[in-house]
Formats: sequence, C-alpha cells, structure tokens
Amino acid sequence: MTKTLTCIECPVGCEIKVEIENGEVKSVRGNSCPRGKMYAEAEVVCPRRVVTSTVRADSGEMIPVKTSKPVKKTEIFTVMEAIKNTKCHLPVQTGEVLVKNISEDADLIVSGNF
Amino acid sequence: MSGVETKNEIKTNYDIIIIGGGPAGLAAAVAAYDKGARDILIVEREEKLGGILNQCIHNGFGLTRFKESLAGPEYAARFVAQARERNIETWLNTTVLSLSADKKVTVINSEKGVAELQAKSVILAMGCRERSRGALNVAGTRPAGIYSAGTAQKYVNIKGFMPGKRVVILGSGDIGLIMARRMTLEGAKVLAVCEIMPYSSGLKRNIAQCLNDFDIPLYLNHTITKIEGEKRVTGVVVSKVDQNKQPIPGTEMHFDCDTVLFSVGLIPENELTKGAGIELSPQTRGACVSQTRETSIPGIFACGNVLQVHDLVDFVSEEAEIAGRYAAEYALRSENGGENGSENGSEKAETIAVKNGANISYVCPQRIDKSAAGNVKLFFRVKGTFRNCTITAKCGEEIVAQRKKKIVVPGEMENLILLQNKFAGAQGEITVELEAEND
Repeated sequence: MTKTLTCIECPVGCEIKVEIENGEVKSVRGNSCPRGKMYAEAEVVCPRRVVTSTVRADSGEMIPVKTSKPVKKTEIFTVMEAIKNTKCHLPVQTGEVLVKNISEDADLIVSGNF
Repeated sequence: MSGVETKNEIKTNYDIIIIGGGPAGLAAAVAAYDKGARDILIVEREEKLGGILNQCIHNGFGLTRFKESLAGPEYAARFVAQARERNIETWLNTTVLSLSADKKVTVINSEKGVAELQAKSVILAMGCRERSRGALNVAGTRPAGIYSAGTAQKYVNIKGFMPGKRVVILGSGDIGLIMARRMTLEGAKVLAVCEIMPYSSGLKRNIAQCLNDFDIPLYLNHTITKIEGEKRVTGVVVSKVDQNKQPIPGTEMHFDCDTVLFSVGLIPENELTKGAGIELSPQTRGACVSQTRETSIPGIFACGNVLQVHDLVDFVSEEAEIAGRYAAEYALRSENGGENGSENGSEKAETIAVKNGANISYVCPQRIDKSAAGNVKLFFRVKGTFRNCTITAKCGEEIVAQRKKKIVVPGEMENLILLQNKFAGAQGEITVELEAEND
C-alpha cells in the first residue's frame, strides 16, 4: 500500500509517498530532507501535531502557549480541554512550563514574553 | 524646527526613523545599529512591539532563520530582545500622521501630542492590511458576523473571545486556513473554505494541517454569491464559478452559518508612502525599490509587507536587514558632511530596470543600482501552477541567471540570484520569465 502525504515540517510542503507493507514502512520517496522522512515514517504509524492555543492569565491577558513536542493527533481535543482549565500568572517568559506532561511527555509551555 | 510644541523638550532629530515596530521594523533597526547607526527611533502605533506576529500564535515561524519552529510571539520576542540589548529608542502607541519627501515625520501620541521629527534616513515598515468584503462586492445584507480572518484572529488570540460558532471562510489564504483550524480547536464548526481560484493561495502544509486534519472541506473554483441574515449572519450561498470566475447558475449550495471570514488577500499599507510622493509599483502595490530597498526618494527605504506581501516572516527579516544596513550607510554618509549622501552618487547611480516577463506577475526589486556591491536576490511570484519549469533572467538575448524548478505556485514567493559580475556590464533592462516544459 502506498500513502501520499503533504509534509508539514516546513513551507516547501513536499509531496511524500510512503510504501507500507504489513504495517511496516518499506520506503519513503519525495521528501527533500531528513525531517521529511522522519515526518512521513511517524505520520503513517501515529500522526502527531504540536498544539498551539492561548491561556487567559488571571490579570486578563491572553497568553500564547504550545505543546513542547507533537502530541497524538487523536489527543488534540483532550489537550485543548486541559488548556482551557490551565491558569497562568504574569510575568511569564518563553519556554516556561504551565502544565507538565499535558499529553504523554509533552509539556504545555508559554510561547511569548508577558 | 517649526510648528512643534517644545514645552516637553523632546528630541526631534534622528539619524534613522523606522515607521512600524513589527518584524520588518525590528530587524531593520537591529541591522542599522550593527552597521554603525546609533541614533535610531522606532515608531509603533500599537502598545507593544512585534506587529502582527503577536496574534499569530501558531507555530512554523523561524525555520529558515533559527532552524526551529517558533510561535509568532516567540519569533517577535527574539527580535525585541535584540532591539532592547541595543537600547534602540521606541515610541509605542504612536501614529505617524505624515511623511514628507525631505524626511519629516509627523507623529501623534497621547503623551507628547503632535511632534514633527526630522530624519536623515527613513525606513518604511508599516506592513499590510487585509482586503475587505467591500473590495469584493459580495451581494446580500450587511449583518453582524462578517470579519476579515485577521480580525477574527485578533479576537480569538488577543482578546480571548470567539466571533461565532458556525463558520464559512471565503478565500484560502494562509490566515484563513490558520483560522479554520484555530476556530475548530476552540469549538466552532467550520463548514467550508471557498476559493474562487482553481488553487489555494495558502501554503500546502496549511491545507494539510489546518483543513485535512479536521476534515474541513476546501471548495476550489467556488465563491460566496450571497450573504443572508438581518441582524446576524444566518447563512451563505456558495456557487461554483467558470473559467472567467463567473458563478454558474444551478450550482448553488446553502450553508447555515452565523459567521463569515474573509481571507482574500493582503494589501501593503502605503498611504504614508503615497503622501511622500514615492513611486509605487502597480503590481506589488508597494514602493518601487532598488536591491538596497531604497525607494524613488534617496534615503527612504522600504521593507517587509509594506514593500511586497511575503509568505514567511523569515524572508521579511532578511529583507529588512538589507534596508537597515543601507539606511545606516545613507545616514552615516550624510552625517560625514555629504549633502544628503549625494556625493556618493546614490541619486545618479547607474541603474538597470528589472521587469516581469512571461508567466511572472511581479519582480522586486524593480531596479538594480550598479553602485551597490554584491549579488542581487530577485523575488517574484508566478501567475499559475507550473511543473518542470525554467525561470530565466535575460538582458536582451543574454541569459544572466537561470533556475529550474520542479513546481512553482502563485501562493509561494520564488527567488533568483543574480551574480554581480553578470549585471555589472548589463545595459538596458533585465526581464524575468518562466517557461514551462509541460502542464
């Protein structure tokens, strides 16, 4: 079976063809960098995404946040629920952890200085 | 100085005044400082530096420059930190009212009132704004619930409230795609993204991760032909269009929705530029510049989305650094006794015009100043999707640069590097054209 994917690693957006046999990746074609190969291999087994959103600080400002690494695509809305219940007190700096292990070993971190 | 309230004794003379404190203005300021300029002022109308990046909370910024995927505010924070390290003066909450050809910048804010500032060199970094419903003449009523995608983005990400629950998006520009995902994550139902063209103007990865990930349908060759609702949007009619973008009768689809977002293009914000009498390009709707990003008025430079609408902020920073360096050079030259820097001949410099040829919609810069050292990177967009194509820059019959591409699309800015030894002897004008082998 061959799956065709659009790589989301960078703006080039390579069209990648992944050949799968008995649930195992046999070949990856069409990528123009190693990141693309890694993305394609992971995508056909267990797709993952970085989730970005906002958390309202207790003083009212909306603070941008993201997961420190990609989380399972099937967990995105669970992560969003957890983000909604997250509290934040200013000041905060980029990289500060708001929720440890929000999904598996990914943390919820601040993505801006406030 | 004339006509200035001097009771506060504010400083009114600067070597370089930068209009706009977004990614372009910040990178220009840092580059100008690093080139030796010290007397720099950034004027920013918002209460915070960073520009539009502050509301772009999604990731994917900085892959070219920092080799990592940053959220917009993180990317901005890096440049804000660099500007702070250099103690670059910044006036926030300050609007520029006008700019004159002799580089007088009139500003207003609630603290200082109106002030007329004089710069040796000015950098235009005002960014762009979104095309609105009015620009498209969509039929129907005028209810609440119609927003540009960027306005919706500001409401959700900065103000923290949702503009609606059931959404149809017109236009598949990147901001529209990003907002389709963002509103879905926040609990809205995005029913459709309609694109009048046969292709999306957004990045391919945004189609994948913003639409396909959430099963949001993209209707190519479709547009909204009617908006319904009295006080609030209640629905839209979407029709298929023919090759001439005319709606085809009988193809109407109806969507019940309370919100319509427009993501139908960006326009460089050049009112100040026009006021100063700077020549604008009808194609980019930004200033006509040389490779130093100098406009038709010596000492006034332009960079970022006010010059040409970029897809990636990394390239905005790169362009702004060019403008910053040359603005510093210009200001320092005029400081050293030169009259507006003209003794070095920047006004009389020999130039070659750069034009767009077959299948190319514009090229920036629009002219090459032969006195500026170094190779020149030409940026351009193509008029359609082409596979296995050759992009050529020609001067007369001579090929001065050439590049083959597997695929090019109008949504992605392309570039071609012109080596200095190739244009040093060139006369007349250079034309960039695209030839496709098939498709």
